[in-house]
Amino acid sequence: MAEPVLSIRNLCKSFGALKATDDVSLDLRPGEIHALIGPNGAGKSTLIHQIAGTLKHNSGSIHFMGRDVSALGVSPRAQMGLGRTFQISSLAPEFSALRNVMLAVQANQGSSFRFWKPVMADASLKDTARDMLHRVGLLERADIASAALSHGERRQLEIAMALALGPKAFLLDEPMAGMGPEGSKRLTAFLDTLRHEAPILLIEHDMDAVFALADRISVLVYGRIIATGSVDDIRRNPLVREAYLGESV
Amino acid sequence: MADRERLVNIALALIVPACALAAYGMGEPFYVTLATRIAILALAAVGLNLALGLGGLVSFGHAAFFGIGGYAAGIFATHAFNQTPLLASPVVIMATSQMPVIWLVSAVVAGLAALLIGLISLRTSGVYFIMITLAFAQMIYYFAISWPAYGGEDGLSITMRNSFPGVNTLNPLSFFLIAYGLLLLALFAFSRLRDSRFGAALQATRQNEVRVASIGIRPLRIRLVAFIISGMITAVAGALFADLNRFAGPSMLSWSMSGELIVLIILGGTGRLFGPVAGAILFVLFEFALGGLTEHWQLFLGLILLAVVLFGRGGLIGLLAGKVRHG
Repeated sequence: MAEPVLSIRNLCKSFGALKATDDVSLDLRPGEIHALIGPNGAGKSTLIHQIAGTLKHNSGSIHFMGRDVSALGVSPRAQMGLGRTFQISSLAPEFSALRNVMLAVQANQGSSFRFWKPVMADASLKDTARDMLHRVGLLERADIASAALSHGERRQLEIAMALALGPKAFLLDEPMAGMGPEGSKRLTAFLDTLRHEAPILLIEHDMDAVFALADRISVLVYGRIIATGSVDDIRRNPLVREAYLGESV
Repeated sequence: MADRERLVNIALALIVPACALAAYGMGEPFYVTLATRIAILALAAVGLNLALGLGGLVSFGHAAFFGIGGYAAGIFATHAFNQTPLLASPVVIMATSQMPVIWLVSAVVAGLAALLIGLISLRTSGVYFIMITLAFAQMIYYFAISWPAYGGEDGLSITMRNSFPGVNTLNPLSFFLIAYGLLLLALFAFSRLRDSRFGAALQATRQNEVRVASIGIRPLRIRLVAFIISGMITAVAGALFADLNRFAGPSMLSWSMSGELIVLIILGGTGRLFGPVAGAILFVLFEFALGGLTEHWQLFLGLILLAVVLFGRGGLIGLLAGKVRHG
């Protein structure tokens, strides 16, 4: 089996007496979509924060691209190729969609300390950004300020920015949230093609999307992973049915 | 709207030298000095506008950089006039009265100060950032007051205004043109920087720091570099200001000076290219017109500032040219 792109071992994080992450181990292998599901408050977002570097874990390890990234901050992890989208869309609100993506392209090229040449005259930056917008189907909205985009469009923009980083792994935090059924269907089809570019750790509440996309699913309850397996394993797992899926399956 | 802003900018850029020329022609050097004051305060505010307007860094300590420039001009002028060395040991360094050298020294010293202040203060934000920048500026203020070699509380008088190659700086119009030329240069640099990759990263950092970090740009570095450039520009303005008044004193380092620069930017239009110019024109005119009527002219300035903050966030430029547009 190929080396996992992202490998988490025995990760623990407590807030006072609350164990938000309790001995979590998890792998993201090349080419796969690994879904992370769990009821509200299970610690999914806390886990994402630790992987991205916005929170530091108490113990355990996170290896990304074969390197221990525990000591690294958010920016260096992103530079290594961790493409993250946010649960609550987080963009530069005054900038147009295009300029948001251009910023990501610029970050990926690793050159933010250029003081003289106007960005809008930089064809390489602009064209790459337009490509990314085209891929997520947002090109005709390129000049709209991101604050004026609809909720679903901001989600698409988030993904375009993650794409522009040319990431080695995607960290997608509820990309379907707030999308209509039509949008969810389109995004599902898109994510299905995205896995060939880089593996995806997908946190999602939309079970149709999870079951359609995931190669493997991990179920997080009260900070612990109670099961990891294929879609069928998870559907059949009695523990999971009891803890989470309930009558929804 | 962008075109309208350009027209407003051109008008503002022409008004100031036109007034200076007219006043000079009519033999009214006082008004030339007033125009010079506008140009120099605008230059200082262009520096602050980079940190405050583009970067969202409300520095309440830019008087530190302004004063560093002022003292550099004063100290150089004093030593050059007395023909005493700046430094006697271990090597003898003589002072010069050449403005370009003084500007360079001002910018370098202020840049180093901004590096130190920025490294500490930029780890905080909001009120803490305001307070830490203020605290550093106050430290430098009290240092200057307790430094008898350079005037202490009385400050330093500049007997002979520093010189500029090929120009008689004692002529008020010539000195105005030097200050105004530097202002135009700074405005040009500001506009290039604003539209550059660095400018994009800086403005994005103001809007959403977490986002910028998550795509792999380090917000602290971006802010630090912006803060340093900002302090350097303001320092050059300080050197000119000392030469204009032929005086460098602790008042240039005081917190009210920092406040004036912020007020000036808010009046003119925060983050707008010509905001500092519009603000400086308003500020100096108020100071002149109302200051002649009452000692408490700043009360009226405060009322106007209140109106701008409550009703017109874009300042004078926003009023004349509409809201800002990002491409």
